[in-house]
Amino acid sequence: MKTTPLVAARLVAVRDLRLAFRKPSQVIQPLMFFMIVATLFPLTLTPEMSRLRDAAPGVLWIGALLSSLLALEFLFRDDAVDGTLEQFALSGQSLTWMLFAKTCTHWMLTGIPLALSAPIAAAALGVSMEAMPGVVASLALGSFAMSLIGAIGAGLTLGARRGGVLLSLLTLPLAVPILIFGARATQLAISGGDIAPPMYLLGAIAVLGVTLAPLAAAAAVRIGLE
Amino acid sequence: MATWTWFHRLASPPHVYAFARRWTPWFGAFAALAICVALYGGLVLAPPDYQQKDAFRMVYVHAPTAWLSLMIYTTMAVAAAVGLIWRMKVAHAAAAACAPVGAWMTAAALGTGMLYGKPMWGTYWVWDPRLTAELVLLFLYFGYMGLRAGIEDPVKADKASAVLAVVGVINVPIIKFSVEGGNSLQQTATVMQLGKPKMDFAMLWPLLLMLLGFLLYFITVLLIRLRAELLRRERNASWIREVVT
Repeated sequence: MKTTPLVAARLVAVRDLRLAFRKPSQVIQPLMFFMIVATLFPLTLTPEMSRLRDAAPGVLWIGALLSSLLALEFLFRDDAVDGTLEQFALSGQSLTWMLFAKTCTHWMLTGIPLALSAPIAAAALGVSMEAMPGVVASLALGSFAMSLIGAIGAGLTLGARRGGVLLSLLTLPLAVPILIFGARATQLAISGGDIAPPMYLLGAIAVLGVTLAPLAAAAAVRIGLE
Repeated sequence: MATWTWFHRLASPPHVYAFARRWTPWFGAFAALAICVALYGGLVLAPPDYQQKDAFRMVYVHAPTAWLSLMIYTTMAVAAAVGLIWRMKVAHAAAAACAPVGAWMTAAALGTGMLYGKPMWGTYWVWDPRLTAELVLLFLYFGYMGLRAGIEDPVKADKASAVLAVVGVINVPIIKFSVEGGNSLQQTATVMQLGKPKMDFAMLWPLLLMLLGFLLYFITVLLIRLRAELLRRERNASWIREVVT
């Protein structure tokens, strides 16, 4: 029986999910980091709720961006060290599909929990309950786009020394559009406006990421493995 | 086949080295000439602006650097793509030679933009969309150079940074669009309008000549850097001995 790319992708996704459930610290630690960063802002800016609410979109998005950068380091590194990625590349299956599956799983394990726990941080920043669906939706979509773009950076830094700082240096400028539209959507959700326009643009970036980022990530991983 | 000969020659380091050595003085001389004439035209001959007075003359340095900062990034990405697709060592060397020049041009565009901003907005820095986009472009250059410096194996460094340059060049328009989503304080483009440009000809010709001069300057510096890059990469090749001694 011939294994199709989709089957291979599903197997990779199941494997990654199983690994994550057996070793949950990699999932929990970026979330803790996000919560701590969100706590630091009221301590440094002002404890006044009305002023914190104005700063909330920026706080939530910068916290989410930094936490997802932290999580991106684990995306390929362990599998590159123990030779799994090499086996993927040699398996004769489409590396693009397998890395796409890995990236989607990574988003499920880091992006979605982050978006779901964001209301706790948002409530602590004085955001009203009506705004929460918008906050969660914008962070979920934005973190998906961020995972896709970050996969390229994670692949490129496989061959580098001190990959962590370099990964941030490469990925953050590319993430500027996600940050702008995402923070705009969150801001509109908090002020009670229509979040559809920035969400459409965020969705457009995610679609572009789905079509192009796995190709670039596969090319980057192949270079790193040579 | 004959039409492709020039392309195959470009893949040969000794040929490109000789070409760069022959043409560097010519490009350099014309760059100096164009920039000097344009400076005289822009600073002396052109009349002061009706609203901005003499402060508008900053445009003669600001516009060419800002234009080149984007153009060099595109050149770098094209060279990187050629290097990836046709596995041309010279193209990777050219991309590597582009990056520092582009970063300096971006820094110069930011610096002159801030000097321009002082008389226009009363402050050196505002979060103007175009200045912000330029700043993000500078960070993109830093990322590219950082990746190149961070990977020890030169072949891997070439390929990885080439992928990054191609990804970056797809992102540049998106970044510009996202940053410029709001209203800009800066005046909209007045030079490149089809039909009738809004700028008076006495002000316009030094600017166009300055663009040409900066372009020639970029080519000159690129050729010099490319030669240095080729010498470093091919230091064990036999043709180097013939060229250098």
